[in-house]
Amino acid sequence: MARFLIRRLLQMVLVVFVLSVMLFLWLRALPGGTVSAILGERATPETRAALTKALGLDEPIWVQYGKFLWRALHGDFGTSTRVLPGADALDIFLTRLPATIELSAFALVFAVALGIPLGYVAARRANSPVDSGLVILSLVGVAVPVFFLAFFLKYQFAVDHNWFPVSGRQDNLSCTRITNFFVLDGLLTRELDCSASALKHLVLPSIALGTIPFAVIFRITRASVLDVLGEDYVRTAESKGLTARVVRGRHVLRNAMLPVVTTIGLQTGLLLAGAVLTEKVFNWGGIGNALADAFQYRDYSVLQILILAAALIYVVINLLVDISYAIIDPRVRTR
Amino acid sequence: MTPANPMTRRKDRIDDLAATAGSDRAAAVREAGSVDEKPGVSLIASAWQRLRRSPVFLIGAAITLVFVVLALVSPLIAPHDPAANLLLDQVRPQSNPIPGPQPGYPLGADDVGRDLLSRLLVGSQQTLIVGVFATIFGLTGGMTLGILAGAFGGWVDSLVMRIVDVLLSIPSLLLAFSIAALATRPSQLTVIIAVAAVQVPIFARLLRGSMLAQRHSDHVLAARALGVTERAVVFRHMLPNSLGPVIVQSTLVLAVSIIDAAALSFLGLGNPNDRQPEWGQMLGRAQPFIYDNPHLAVYPALCIIVVALGFTLMGESLREALDPKTRR
Amino acid sequence: MTATATTPGSSRHGDEPLLSVRDLRVTFTRQGEDPFTAVDGVSFDVRPGQTVGLVGESGCGKSVTSLAIMGLLPARGNRVEGTATFEGTDLLTLAKDKMRDRRGRDIAMIFQDPLSSLNPVVPIGRQVTEVLERHKSMSRKAATPVARELLDRVGIPDPDRRLTDYPHQLSGGMRQRALIAMALACEPRLLIADEPTTALDVTIQAQILGLLKELVTESGTALVMITHDLGVVAGLCDEVNVLYGGRIVERGRRHELFASPRHPYTTGLLASIPRLDGARGAPLTPIPGSVADNLPWEHACAFAPRCSQPVDRCTEQSPELEHDDGGRALRCFNPVEATS
Repeated sequence: MARFLIRRLLQMVLVVFVLSVMLFLWLRALPGGTVSAILGERATPETRAALTKALGLDEPIWVQYGKFLWRALHGDFGTSTRVLPGADALDIFLTRLPATIELSAFALVFAVALGIPLGYVAARRANSPVDSGLVILSLVGVAVPVFFLAFFLKYQFAVDHNWFPVSGRQDNLSCTRITNFFVLDGLLTRELDCSASALKHLVLPSIALGTIPFAVIFRITRASVLDVLGEDYVRTAESKGLTARVVRGRHVLRNAMLPVVTTIGLQTGLLLAGAVLTEKVFNWGGIGNALADAFQYRDYSVLQILILAAALIYVVINLLVDISYAIIDPRVRTR
Repeated sequence: MTPANPMTRRKDRIDDLAATAGSDRAAAVREAGSVDEKPGVSLIASAWQRLRRSPVFLIGAAITLVFVVLALVSPLIAPHDPAANLLLDQVRPQSNPIPGPQPGYPLGADDVGRDLLSRLLVGSQQTLIVGVFATIFGLTGGMTLGILAGAFGGWVDSLVMRIVDVLLSIPSLLLAFSIAALATRPSQLTVIIAVAAVQVPIFARLLRGSMLAQRHSDHVLAARALGVTERAVVFRHMLPNSLGPVIVQSTLVLAVSIIDAAALSFLGLGNPNDRQPEWGQMLGRAQPFIYDNPHLAVYPALCIIVVALGFTLMGESLREALDPKTRR
Repeated sequence: MTATATTPGSSRHGDEPLLSVRDLRVTFTRQGEDPFTAVDGVSFDVRPGQTVGLVGESGCGKSVTSLAIMGLLPARGNRVEGTATFEGTDLLTLAKDKMRDRRGRDIAMIFQDPLSSLNPVVPIGRQVTEVLERHKSMSRKAATPVARELLDRVGIPDPDRRLTDYPHQLSGGMRQRALIAMALACEPRLLIADEPTTALDVTIQAQILGLLKELVTESGTALVMITHDLGVVAGLCDEVNVLYGGRIVERGRRHELFASPRHPYTTGLLASIPRLDGARGAPLTPIPGSVADNLPWEHACAFAPRCSQPVDRCTEQSPELEHDDGGRALRCFNPVEATS
C-alpha cells in the first residue's frame, strides 16, 4: 500500500508538472496575450515594448517558464484585471472556493442519494416499466445542456412559483462568517436561520449541477448490479441460504459498488466544469462563476490560477478515488 | 487491474469499453458451444438482428434520420430567409423586444426580427455540421494517436499516452473552454475544434486499449501463427475488431459535441456570427431574454435535447448489442 | 469399494429416499423465443448416505436439474413442474423463505468454477462463518474457530491465515476446498456437486474427488454428483443416471453400468474416455454430432441422429424408460447386447 501510494504521488507530481508547462504555453498562446490584456488594444507600440520588457516577455521562453513556475510556487498569480480589478488572483480563488465546494457537495449528495438506490431498484426490476422509465429519465438527464436545466429550474421554481430564491447563496441576514461554508457557519454560530436560508438557496443549483452525475451514477449502478446479479458467487450465496438482506448487502452491493465508487470520484472532478455553467446562472459566488467571467472577459491572472486549481483538484480527487478503490477491493490492495 | 497513475479511473472506464472488443470472439465461441448453437452468425450480423428488434434503437435511429433529412432539406422548406431581419420594425426595446407569433411567422421572431421557425429549421444544418465534424476531427486525431501508440509501441507509445493522460486530467468541458478561448477570431470552426479536441485523448485511449486487449487474443495470435504480416494483423484483424467501441463512442460524441457547443456559446466563446443559425448558439444567445421570452431558449433547447437523446439512444443500444456480456 | 455398505450406520437398503425427484420438467420461456424444455420428466431417488451420479454432455439438463432442486433458477423466464420431495417436503412448491432456511443447512451445493463462485471482496473465513451464523445462530466470534476447523478438515494448510485471505490469494484447488468447507459447514444431509472438478488441473481433480469421497463417507452425507466425466463417476458413485436431451436414458448401479452399458449413448461416452489400460494406438471414438442434432423426444428418440445402431422405430416413436427388477432402467429400442 505504501509503495502504491508513493508511486501514485510521484506520477501525480509528473502530471502536474506537465500541466503547468501546458498552462504556461496556453497563456502565452491566448489571443492578445498578457500585454494587450493589461494595456488594452489601443496602446502604442512603445508602451507595449516597454511593458513587454518589464514583464520579461522578451526573455527566452524557458526563462519565462522558470519565472512563471517560481511565482506560482509562491502563490503569486498576479492581479485580476476584469473579474475583480485589482484583487489578488489567489485571493479570489481562496475566498470563492468554499462556495463551490459547498455547492458541489450538495450536488453530489443529491446525485448519490438518488442514483444508487434507484440504480439498484432498476437493476432488480430490469426491463420492467419502472426500469425503462428510470433509464429514459437518466438518458434525458444527460442530453439536457446543464445551463438550460439551470435556467429552467430557476424559471419554474424561483421566478414563476417563488418557492426558492432566484440567485445568490443566502438572504441578507447579516450572518457571522467563520468558514465561508454558509450552511456550516450557521450551525456553528447557532444562527439557524442563516443555515436554513443557505440551504434554500442550495436546492435548485444542486439539482441543476447534480443531474448529470445522478444520471451517470444511476446507470453505472444499474449496469453494475445487473452484472453482479449474474455472478456465480451470488448464486453461491443463495445456495448457502443466506437471508435476502445479507445476499444484497454483502454479496451484491459490496461488489457492485466498486465501479460506482470510481464513477462518483470521476463525477466529483467533473462537477467543476458543470459549476462554471450552474454558478453563472444562479449568480453563485464560487470559482465556477469567476471562471465563467474570466473566460468571457479574458482575465488572464484569474484564468491561470483557476484552471491550474481545477486540474489540481481533479487530479487529487482521482488519486483519492484510486486509494479508496484499493481499500475496498482486496484484489488491488494486496498486489 | 493495475492502475497506473492518478487518472486511472477514467482511463479504466475507457479501457473497459475497449476490452469488450477483444473479448467478443472468445465470448462468441463460448456461446456457440452452449445450448443454442447458431453457427455462422457473425458478431455484426447478430448485433444487427438484435438492434432491429430493439425499440430503443429504432426510436434513436428515427430521431437521427429525421434530423439528418431536416438538415438536408431545411433551406428548401424554411418559410423565410433565416438571416433576414423581416420583423425588425416590431422590435421595440422599451415595450416589446421580441415579436410574437403572427400570420406567416408561427413562432414569432428573435430579438432582431428574424423568423424563429426558419432559424430553427435551418439551424439543424449547422448543428449537424458541428456534431459530425467534431466527431470526425476527434476520431481522426484520436485514431492517429492511438494507432501510432499501438503500432510503434515503446517510447512513442509512452510519450503519446502520457500526453493523453495529462489531457484527460483536465475536466473535459473545461478543456473545451480553454481551447475555445485560444481563438483570436471565434467561428464555427474554432467551436468545432475546441469540442473535438476534448475527444481526441478519449478516442486515442479507447483505440489503443482495445488494440492492446486484442494483441493477446486468440484470433490475433492465430493470424500471427499463420504468418500474416504485422501490418495486415493491425489493419485487417485488430482495427476492425476495435471498431465496435469506437462506433459506440462516436455516436455518443455526436450528442456531447452539440451540447458542449451550446455551453461554449453560453460563455461567449462560441461563433459570434449568427447569420447561419445553430441551435447551441441560438440557445446561448437567448440568455438575456430568458425570463420575459423563455420560448427563445426553450425551442432550440428542446431541439438539442431531442437530437442528443436520439444519438444517445442509438449509441447505448449499439453498445448493448455489441457487448457480448449482455448477449443472450 | 462396492456400491453398498462400508460406511458407518449405513442401513441403506429399504430406507426411505432422502430426496425423491419425480417427473421434473423445466421449461425456459424467454420472450420472443420458443419455449425450450431443458429437463423433460426426470425422476430419480437419493437415499441417505448414497452417492448418485447425473452424467451427460453439456446441455443435457443435469445442471438445470440441480438448480431446480435447489430453487436457484432465475425467478423469471422458466417453468418448473414435477416434485422434488426431500424428507417429506416438496422443495419445488416450498415458500421462498422456507427454502432459504433449508439451503445451506439441509441441502448444500458446490459449483464448477471455484474462483467465480467465491465472493472476491469477502475474506474466505467470513464466507464460511456467514453460513454458521445464518443456520446455527452462532455469533461471528463463535463461528470463527468452527470455520478454522472446517478449513483444516478440508485440507487447507495454515487455516488461521487463510481465514483472512481473499479468494484470489488461494490456488484453484484451495478455492474448491474452501467452497466444500462452506457447503459442509452445517452438516447437510444432501450435497449437490455440479462439476466440482471440471475447472481444476487433473492432479487437483483427483485430490478433490478423494476429499469429497472421504467427507461424505465420514459424515454420511448423501451426494448428487453432476458431471460429464464418467471417470469421476467410476470412482465415486453408487448409482449412475445417464441423461440425454433432458431425459434419463439409462440408470444402473455403477459396476453394472460400467460392466455392461446398454444404451448406445452410454457406450459412446465410455468409448470416448481415454484409457491407460487400453491397447496402444487404439483410437478414441467420439460420439458423432452434437446436441444440436437432437430430435424432439415427443415422437422420436432424441439421440437417434447420433446413434451407432438406430432402427426405424427410433425416428418414429418415443422410447419409454423401462425398469427391470435389479434397479436398472433403460430408454432404448435397440440396446447394446448385455455382455454379462
